[in-house]
Amino acid sequence: MTRHVFQTMFAGAAIAASLIVVAPIAAAAQQLPGDPRPRPELVRQPYSKADVEFMQGMIPHHAQALVMCSMAKPNGASAQLQLLCERMSISQKDEIAMMRTWLRDRGQTVPAPDATHMTMDHGGMKHDMLMPGMLTDEELATLRKARGKDWDRLFLIGMIKHHQGAIDMVDVLFKSHGAAQDDDVYLFASDVFADQTAEIERMEQMLAALGGGQSQ
Amino acid sequence: MRETRFTTRFAATVAAGVIALTGVMMATSSVTAAQQAPPPQAAQPPAGGRGQAAPPPPVPALPATMPAPVTPVISATAPTPDARVGLRAGYWDAAQAAWNMRLVSNTPPPEVYRGITSSDLAFTGKYVVQGNYHGILFWDVSNPAKPVLVKDYVCPASQNDVSVFKHLLFVSSEGTGARLDCGTQGVPEPVSKERIRGIRIFDISNIASPKYVGNVQTCRGSHTHTVAEDPNDKEAVYVYISGSAGVRSAEELPGCADGNMADNSDTSRFRVEVIRVPLADPSKAAVVNYARIFNDLAPPPRRVEPGRAGGAGRGGAAAAGAAAGAAGAATPPPAGATPPPAGAAGAAAPPAGATPPAPGRGGRGGGTPTGPNQCHDITTYPEAGLAGGACGGYGLLLDIREVAHPVRMDFAGDENMSFWHSATFNNDGTKVLFSDEWGGGRAPRCRAEDRQEWGANALFTVERGKLVFHSYYKMPAAQTEWENCVAHNGSLIPIPGRDVMVQGFYQGGITVFDWTDIKKPVEIAYFDRGPLEDGRLTSAGSWSVYWHNGYIYSSEIARGLDVYELVVTPHISQNEIDAAKTVVFAEANAQEQKRITWPPSFAKARAFLDQLERSNGMTAQNLSAARESLTAAEKATGAARRTALQQLSNRVNGQVAGSSDQAKMKMLVDALNELAR
Repeated sequence: MTRHVFQTMFAGAAIAASLIVVAPIAAAAQQLPGDPRPRPELVRQPYSKADVEFMQGMIPHHAQALVMCSMAKPNGASAQLQLLCERMSISQKDEIAMMRTWLRDRGQTVPAPDATHMTMDHGGMKHDMLMPGMLTDEELATLRKARGKDWDRLFLIGMIKHHQGAIDMVDVLFKSHGAAQDDDVYLFASDVFADQTAEIERMEQMLAALGGGQSQ
Repeated sequence: MRETRFTTRFAATVAAGVIALTGVMMATSSVTAAQQAPPPQAAQPPAGGRGQAAPPPPVPALPATMPAPVTPVISATAPTPDARVGLRAGYWDAAQAAWNMRLVSNTPPPEVYRGITSSDLAFTGKYVVQGNYHGILFWDVSNPAKPVLVKDYVCPASQNDVSVFKHLLFVSSEGTGARLDCGTQGVPEPVSKERIRGIRIFDISNIASPKYVGNVQTCRGSHTHTVAEDPNDKEAVYVYISGSAGVRSAEELPGCADGNMADNSDTSRFRVEVIRVPLADPSKAAVVNYARIFNDLAPPPRRVEPGRAGGAGRGGAAAAGAAAGAAGAATPPPAGATPPPAGAAGAAAPPAGATPPAPGRGGRGGGTPTGPNQCHDITTYPEAGLAGGACGGYGLLLDIREVAHPVRMDFAGDENMSFWHSATFNNDGTKVLFSDEWGGGRAPRCRAEDRQEWGANALFTVERGKLVFHSYYKMPAAQTEWENCVAHNGSLIPIPGRDVMVQGFYQGGITVFDWTDIKKPVEIAYFDRGPLEDGRLTSAGSWSVYWHNGYIYSSEIARGLDVYELVVTPHISQNEIDAAKTVVFAEANAQEQKRITWPPSFAKARAFLDQLERSNGMTAQNLSAARESLTAAEKATGAARRTALQQLSNRVNGQVAGSSDQAKMKMLVDALNELAR
């Protein structure tokens, strides 16, 4: 791993603003072909704004993980990482489907399954932002350029941060008023917490085996 | 605390002149703060939210008559194509597929519990206790064809997992909406004294009138729990707390603290809470130990070969087992190759784990990765002095001879295991099976594209206190994307001389498999229904399925209580079923395994003869002679019977040396000697 790659990758990140605001994107997708039809009668438990925002924010968060993992094979990731990515992609794709169904049943705005930015409405102004732990476009571009072991290391650093961001989102959720009273939200959020904690440990071990986040 | 960890980590990397990630962390933290900004306005409950008037019916009305159980196919090899594939969906009337086992009854939950998850089961006397996220159901199963609900107790919590001990019932509470007073209105405040996350204790001396007698609050709540009896402390019973949630605030429960051992040796993570419940006054139950069984965990050994990244076929249980066995053979798993010193992990030990080993190995502030910080579930096997801890990224083998002070003996990691969920020992305590609840149980992980070694069970032998991997087993039929499916809870079926288990895979149905040959676990019976709904994934299926006193009980998440029975098949004989039915427990919790002992019976001796016939461990001539002698002995009484049995025992004993299945021959001799006494 060269210093250059890392520096390039994170030079952009360092100047990133706290809210990454870009031009508004098209209205979020609601019903796509193959989506289950909404079933509002299944909704039995109260839910909160925090629950809705958690779900709306976690979809783009997951979608970026899919983007990162889609590079594994073409970028020559190790077999171990290809396997990790295969499993992670299945997990996160399924969870995106679940979150979209949850939002649709509640008549909420449903982000497209491949939306990688969260659309926030601030006083009528729509802004796109990255959720916690997500890589910036520059970081993604750097990852896309990396190959082999370099890619492995960058991916692990990025994905550990990405997962930690998801865990932080769970923490924020649980600290919010009225949050996670709905069993679906509680179970999903606690699964994210438990699964991604275990996955972070696994990735930390892989990263350590590669010599850690240090330059070689 | 995590913030600190990451800042430290990346600061170190930055110092190395490599990354400037801290900036990103700051940036994302600000986003987090922005996210937090929305005012704490009240929830916007939809019409008919829980606790409100007249919710619309969430699930279809019951049909006038429930569909009759399908007649099982009985055969040596499972029907092809697999009868579980392509079953018609339906809430109450889904198509069924049954092979070598029979559905006896399906009893839906009372209306108020429908559409809400049913969870774990416990057994006491003639009752089955069933958890449900809305409360607790008490079924009288005197007639397994017609379970009768004797009591339901509304008390919402996730997951409401249940265990019994004598007159006490323990119920797990982890979800944030669970109230101390069992109210249905939830707890919207992020910090509240109304919330319970921990264990509730009920007195069920009169099962028709359970009394809520106490509770113990814990920092991370109780997702599941395990009852553990201490032979040296008959005045009390112990409960191990397992979970999957984070630490709540000290404001809500004083003393709770987040963080890693390195940062805070008093952290509420990296421990198992051990609760002591005085039987005379369960309201005085309290945490008596925080067992630090995770200290000093090294990274687990790896078992993945480059060749396996290309995809694994769905070749059925035996093939999957064989493939996995080969994988194990190719790279012998050095499970516990660097075992931690036993005792060092004990609770009484100083927080040695707080000192990070060998700086520079990992990223995290120079320490090594810290490993799991709690168990999802612990299964105790007191007679073996063992417990299996299924702890997120690791499987742990624990020494529980001192019940209040569990000590880690060994651990295993596995590339194919996503989330170690639960453990089941074989009756000898020489093998242990760990399940992998990949995706948390609400995802469809049995589709054709989901690998057979993912979301499966990993099978180990226990060899001188070490875990040695052998194979994987997963319910082999491809399920739809509308069926949540992954390995979940099960129990042994007490067939003497074999390791047979029944296990639920949610909407993947129920699978019965034989893991006597641990390298080649093989499915021998199944039951499955079509999806709850076509075109929508809604959680349903077997949460847990346990053999208890002759029948198999399954908690169907959506459809209530299922009762099954084994039928005679080429894999299981009438004698084996009869012998299994001689095993009777007054109470049972699957997470607290008890040694199965078979009272002397002719069925048991005949079961061994049937097994010797299958294994060709006895010549046809010797077999039929032995069966005739047994029949004659059974007809005789008193001394004549004893003499006949002793003679048969002597004869079989003389045939042991020439048998290819000497172990089974010896079991037969023992069974005959028991009968002759």
